Amino acid sequence: MMSDIVHRRSPLLNIIIWGLVLAWIVAAGFPFLWTLWGSFKVQGDFFSKADWTNALYGVRTQIETGGVLTGKGYHGAWVTQEFWLAALNTSIVVVSVVVISLTLGTLGGYALARSGKKYAFYLLILALVFRAMPHITLVSGYLLPFFEWNLWGHLPTAIIVMVAINQPFTLWMLHSFFLNIPKDLDESAMVDGCTRFQAFRHVIVPVMWPGVVTTGLFSFLLAYNDFTVTATLLSQANQTMVPKIASFLGTTQTEGNVMFAVAAVVSATAPLFVLILFFQRQIVSGLTAGAVKG
Amino acid sequence: MKNRTFFWFILPSLITMLLFIALPIISVAVQSLHIEHEAVMVEVKNCGPFGCKQELQVDVEETAKLKQERPLGQFNGLGTYTNRNHLAFTEIGLAWQSSTGVVDFMSKVLNLPFYRALAFTLTYTFVVTPLVVTFGFMIALGVNTLPKKIKGPTIFISLLPMIVTPLIGSLILFWMIDANGILGSTLQWIFEDPDLSLKASPPLTWIMLMVYGVWHSAPFAFIVFYAGLQTVPAETMEAAMIDGASRWERTRYVVLPHLMPLTVFILLIQLMDNFRVFEPIVSFSAQASATSLSWIIYNDLVGTESQFFGSAGATSVLTIIGVSILLIPVLVRTWRDFNQKVV
Repeated sequence: MMSDIVHRRSPLLNIIIWGLVLAWIVAAGFPFLWTLWGSFKVQGDFFSKADWTNALYGVRTQIETGGVLTGKGYHGAWVTQEFWLAALNTSIVVVSVVVISLTLGTLGGYALARSGKKYAFYLLILALVFRAMPHITLVSGYLLPFFEWNLWGHLPTAIIVMVAINQPFTLWMLHSFFLNIPKDLDESAMVDGCTRFQAFRHVIVPVMWPGVVTTGLFSFLLAYNDFTVTATLLSQANQTMVPKIASFLGTTQTEGNVMFAVAAVVSATAPLFVLILFFQRQIVSGLTAGAVKG
Repeated sequence: MKNRTFFWFILPSLITMLLFIALPIISVAVQSLHIEHEAVMVEVKNCGPFGCKQELQVDVEETAKLKQERPLGQFNGLGTYTNRNHLAFTEIGLAWQSSTGVVDFMSKVLNLPFYRALAFTLTYTFVVTPLVVTFGFMIALGVNTLPKKIKGPTIFISLLPMIVTPLIGSLILFWMIDANGILGSTLQWIFEDPDLSLKASPPLTWIMLMVYGVWHSAPFAFIVFYAGLQTVPAETMEAAMIDGASRWERTRYVVLPHLMPLTVFILLIQLMDNFRVFEPIVSFSAQASATSLSWIIYNDLVGTESQFFGSAGATSVLTIIGVSILLIPVLVRTWRDFNQKVV
């Protein structure tokens, strides 16, 4: 009965709601669709001086390459500009960051959830303050020592820095997931004679995976999307995808090169697309987990 | 949990945070008190076709040696903080004396790099944050009324602007609003102004950056509110309906109060994230019209000739102070809640 009443709306309200939602969907989705389509054109079509519909039909593309669609941008980015190397670096960085932050984070988050002492709360507040620090302010603290100690430019340096920057968030999120696992579970294991670590290892680890997967997704996103750390701490040879795309921009004024950047942008977005496709539910639950529990 | 066990569990995580978050903050503070060495000058005799002259030249070797020995540079006290590129006390004093009115004074102050960046950062933070909350709430209300079948795909598309790398997301928008891009040329057509370029004018650049900010963060608020809407107590809604509350009244007096804690959460996260606005300025190449605190630190650090660690350090310390001021209300609130729980 309840839903009947709720769903009876005046037609005007319905139009407003549908209009709003439709406008939002177009605003959110169209830019990606447009760029994806445009990445298979030449620059003269994607940035058309004459008529924007050229980008739809590929008029210049037809003239310049003989086909309506062209993979020139992708060839230029991946082969000529060695974007594959950046993609490889990104995979190394991202996988390492996710694995290390989750290992440290589950241990810490578990301890924070089970402690019940006042200092655990203080640590969480400290983590919140750390979370608020703009990353670039931290980076300006690293650069000079890293130069002095010859740590600058290497992938492991960037990885450990991103793990650290990621920790406050990881701790908060895993802490709230562990709070949801009943205390009785590990405590009864300890009554049976397990040490705290054994209880964690044999009782908690098997049931914690949903929380860990969700937290892992967000660690992945942080590492994958980072520009500040990777752009300042990595040498040219070790560049990951995002700073590589940024450096394309500096050298793209000549004809054709902008399309390299467009192709690289689409290539770098594709994995994220797949990620949402498979993990939409976890992402949504992760975003709300922190909020609902305060 | 025993203190000892707690210690060993938290240790690895704590070490990384202390080494790479706490120490850098200290390191930044120390750096900000130092300044680059001045070049060592030597007097050399320079003989040319018109006779010999005594000239001052930079002794490259000695300068490099000095830099090697004391990489931090020389002690400068608070000198970096007060110079023209940061708090600029002298310049502000002069501007105050010489300006004809408040507007004139403000325009002089906003020409100073630090205040220019601060002005944009604060404007961005306090314009984008409330808009994100408002739009997120409206989208959540809208999507909540959709038939179940199209909710999933709608959420999928909605997540895109938030999940996509900020640098990449802003690039995609930047290409579209290029004068030859689809949005840019459409705007030219609408306003019948073939020279209209969003990049050329500072106010339009500011608006563009903020539109990007809202586009990027609205999905976050939307998802959180949407999840909150699923938990609105049905009995209260029904009771309100029986009491004759209209749709608007129900939203205002039942839904909104229920979502209040979520709003605080979104505000907190958004304040923190918007205050560090950085990537869109890089991808929009907007530095001529808009700079942010994060951007000027970055600019000091990636200089092609040399890096200004002292200057970057001083801006960083000032930024950290700014973040702390923003955080204080939230921290006080969390503190009070916690103490109430304990009592």
